[in-house]
Amino acid sequence: MNSYSLSIHRPFRDRSFGLVRKFLRVNWLFVLCVCALAGVGYAALYSAAGGAPQPYANGQIFRFFTALLMMLAIAMIDIRVIAKISWITYAIGILLLIIVYKFGHTGLGAKRWMTVAGVQIQPSELMKLFLILALASYFHKASHERIGNPFFLLPALAAILIPVGLILKEPNLGTAVITGLIGATVMLGAGVRWWKFALVIAIIAIAAPVLYHHLHGYQRARIVTFMNPGSDPLGAGYNIIQSKIALGSGGLEGQGFLRGTQNQLNFLPEKQTDFVFTIIAEEFGFIGSMAVLGLLFSVVLIALYTAIRSEHQFGRLVALGIGMNFFLYCFVNLSMVMGLIPVGGVPLPLISYGGSALTAVMLGFGVLMSIHVHRDAEFAVEEF
Amino acid sequence: MKRDTKRRPAFTRRAALVGIAQLGIFGAIGTRLYKLQVQEHGKYAMLAQQNSISERLVAPERGLITDRFGVILAGNQQHWRALFMQAEVPDPAAVLDNFSKLVPLSPDERARIETDLGNRPRYIPVLLKDFLEWPEMAAIEVNTPNLPGVIVEVGASRVYPFGPALAHTVGYVARPNLAEAKTDTVLALPGMRIGRTGAEAAQDLALRGEPGFVQTETNVHGEIVRQVAHDSGTPGQIVTLALDSGLQSLAVQSLGANAGAAVVLDALTGEILAMASNPSFDPSLFDKGVPSDIWNGWMADPAHPLQNKATSGLFAPGSTFKPTVALAALKYGSLTPDTVLTCTGSFTLGDHTFWCDNHVAHGSITLTTALQISCDVFFYQVALGVGVDRIADMAHQLGIGIDLQMDLPNASPGLVPTIAWAAARGVHWAPGNTVVQGIGQGYTQVTPIAQATMIARIASGLAVGPHITRRLGGQLQDGADPSDWPTLDIDDRHLAVIRQGLFEVVNTPAGTAYNARLMIPNVQMAGKTGTAQVHNNTAAEKQKNFNDATMAWADRPNGLFVGFAPYDAPRYAAAVIIEHGLWGAQSAAPVARDLLTYAIENDPAGRDKPLGQQVSDAGAPS
Repeated sequence: MNSYSLSIHRPFRDRSFGLVRKFLRVNWLFVLCVCALAGVGYAALYSAAGGAPQPYANGQIFRFFTALLMMLAIAMIDIRVIAKISWITYAIGILLLIIVYKFGHTGLGAKRWMTVAGVQIQPSELMKLFLILALASYFHKASHERIGNPFFLLPALAAILIPVGLILKEPNLGTAVITGLIGATVMLGAGVRWWKFALVIAIIAIAAPVLYHHLHGYQRARIVTFMNPGSDPLGAGYNIIQSKIALGSGGLEGQGFLRGTQNQLNFLPEKQTDFVFTIIAEEFGFIGSMAVLGLLFSVVLIALYTAIRSEHQFGRLVALGIGMNFFLYCFVNLSMVMGLIPVGGVPLPLISYGGSALTAVMLGFGVLMSIHVHRDAEFAVEEF
Repeated sequence: MKRDTKRRPAFTRRAALVGIAQLGIFGAIGTRLYKLQVQEHGKYAMLAQQNSISERLVAPERGLITDRFGVILAGNQQHWRALFMQAEVPDPAAVLDNFSKLVPLSPDERARIETDLGNRPRYIPVLLKDFLEWPEMAAIEVNTPNLPGVIVEVGASRVYPFGPALAHTVGYVARPNLAEAKTDTVLALPGMRIGRTGAEAAQDLALRGEPGFVQTETNVHGEIVRQVAHDSGTPGQIVTLALDSGLQSLAVQSLGANAGAAVVLDALTGEILAMASNPSFDPSLFDKGVPSDIWNGWMADPAHPLQNKATSGLFAPGSTFKPTVALAALKYGSLTPDTVLTCTGSFTLGDHTFWCDNHVAHGSITLTTALQISCDVFFYQVALGVGVDRIADMAHQLGIGIDLQMDLPNASPGLVPTIAWAAARGVHWAPGNTVVQGIGQGYTQVTPIAQATMIARIASGLAVGPHITRRLGGQLQDGADPSDWPTLDIDDRHLAVIRQGLFEVVNTPAGTAYNARLMIPNVQMAGKTGTAQVHNNTAAEKQKNFNDATMAWADRPNGLFVGFAPYDAPRYAAAVIIEHGLWGAQSAAPVARDLLTYAIENDPAGRDKPLGQQVSDAGAPS
């Protein structure tokens, strides 16, 4: 009789388990939340097309199911394998950023896109996940004391600043800031001392006015328009005004599915992408918006739960970072729609029309589920 | 798990903090949503209902074009037109269908509208139909609920009170094409026009003005609730041309049914007082679109109605070139005012014989007499003596064969050949070519405006440049005053001899244009006739009089005349060409006489008010 293998506390310690057991260990509540959000997206895109499954809703739901399969497949990969290749993926991410900068498609004055095997990808989206993995694997081995050493932090800082710099060059200010914030979150989770964060924030506060002068014209225009939306009623400010009218006209209960006047009359251009939330808010009202907000926060919360529940530091840090990435997507998009921060071209994940952000988010969720499935995995040799 | 004893609790604490921060931010977003959706619902619901402020640009009024006295040459006429704001309508095609039931649209119009719908920014309305009739207006107004996004407004179309009389000089406007509308959004506005020729094209930017805008609130049905703001923009500037519309009308009338051109200049400033080109066309047709049968008719007409012959028609100058040849020879000393040359009725060079008119022997004569009777043999010898390059040099100095930098489009520089020009084109330049150059035949080609410039320069001794714009937005332009122009680099005595010869042409019974002398006391005209062959005469034609009304119209020589008046104080210069008009003295000179008579009697030069009015205004209290 082998009491070791029957250990109640660590039933799967030191060995992997079968595919079926793994599959059952996936957090199905999480998958349910994700599918519910995709369902909301289907309804919103159906409405955006004036009550038709084409051209947005059907295509998007097909992409979602493809991504869902990919997510579940990644969940089956041992988290230790993911940890092992984390620096390779990081290097690939950097390489892609350089390639897209040199040869990528230009859209709206910025080089962000590249096409791989017919699929448009945005390397900056992938880079965020790869950065989380690389940082987590770096801090995974570090003791609490070691992290107190500023020189130990320098390589991590460099690992953050290199992709941030490349993304700024594209130029894509919004994603660069988000990438930096995600890196900072992982360092926070790793136990980097509070005063070091305070110092960096102070430096940024001082440097901000200088940086402002180096912003591109359209980036400055966004900030100026945000400060005074009336200044350019037909440009960027127009979107903010129309977006607020759509939200506000929704009221408590909404105008009803397919009955939002602002949506149906096309006051908002490209509403199926960045401004998709206005459709939900106008047609389903405050109650509907809060329900969607609740679903989005559930996803963030489950990611946080996964982080705390993980027995290994790598999983904790990665889950924290992935949760933060999703949270920042939601935060930037919703704040933009409500006119709280300058318009930034960030979609609402799982709901907006478009494949690039969806793929990147679901890739992260695959890793998140792998952490959950392999939450008890023991890493072989580790430093202390 | 020794390594985790410190790390894990620390992580959990910090993760909880992150979670609390995230919850707080979601809470703030929820609160904001509550404020927008519940608390401020009334405000936004109202905005959405009545709604939504839409802005559209409106075309500015195109600037007027007037003559020097303020007579309108190009104006705007208001009419009703229907526009369509596609941005406010979910189903533009259905609205178009409804509209075309009320106001029939041809397949061409429908195609144009659909192209525009696909190519215009959302704040630019698309023109549905111009020149609405009253029944159409009423039908649109009654059916407003079925026509969301359709706006009826006052538009302006270009009108030309003088019609064909000024079609070439004032020019015309047309709708900008798709490529032009893409380069400048303002040009995409319904009602915007772009100048295609004449002053309309030359001063297009000044005439265009700056667009205004209308901000309206429309309700959910796309109906306009009220106008929020209106700015009609800045109308285009008034362009005041140097023309005298009375003189212009006379020029057109004098040309009558003849194909040809007539130009009158202020000899001291180069201002174009009249410029007519015949036959002409109706310039207002371009504003609405030229019907294809009319267009094809213009294209097939051998008299080229669309061409401004005054600035781009090319003609052999004939004997009107002789003063230029003489000035070149005087300048280089191969001829003096006293040089006597002999005419035996013909001039033989090598094995080729060049004839004088009608083979008449003029005997031994000097320059002024040679000009007076237009002796060809005299000028054959002068041309041979001075050489082709020096003749070209003098021609250029007088404004012939060069770009005159005019403020009118599509002007041709013409051509005065040189040895270098011939060499570059592989033309063998024989001395015989120089001989015919002496009488303005051969390769030389001039435009009537260059002819007028030449005679104006000879008359005034100033290097004036022909120009048509006198004022822009009321502002007097450079060149309107004689002191704006430099004097010619030609000896005054030489010019005086030429003027003397030209005086004798018109004012002595032996002169070729004696019948066209002015009938005004104490005012004389000076000038030069020309009769230019348009093809090489056959041997049979050379044996008889080549100038024969029995020839086919297109084979007859062109009649030319250049002249100025008053002789003793030159102010007005005129150049006239009557295509295939036979003798210049009979066809062109009387036209010039009539124009210069009008100019002397009404004296428009240097004035902004007609002669009589100027006096009464000066005495009136302001």
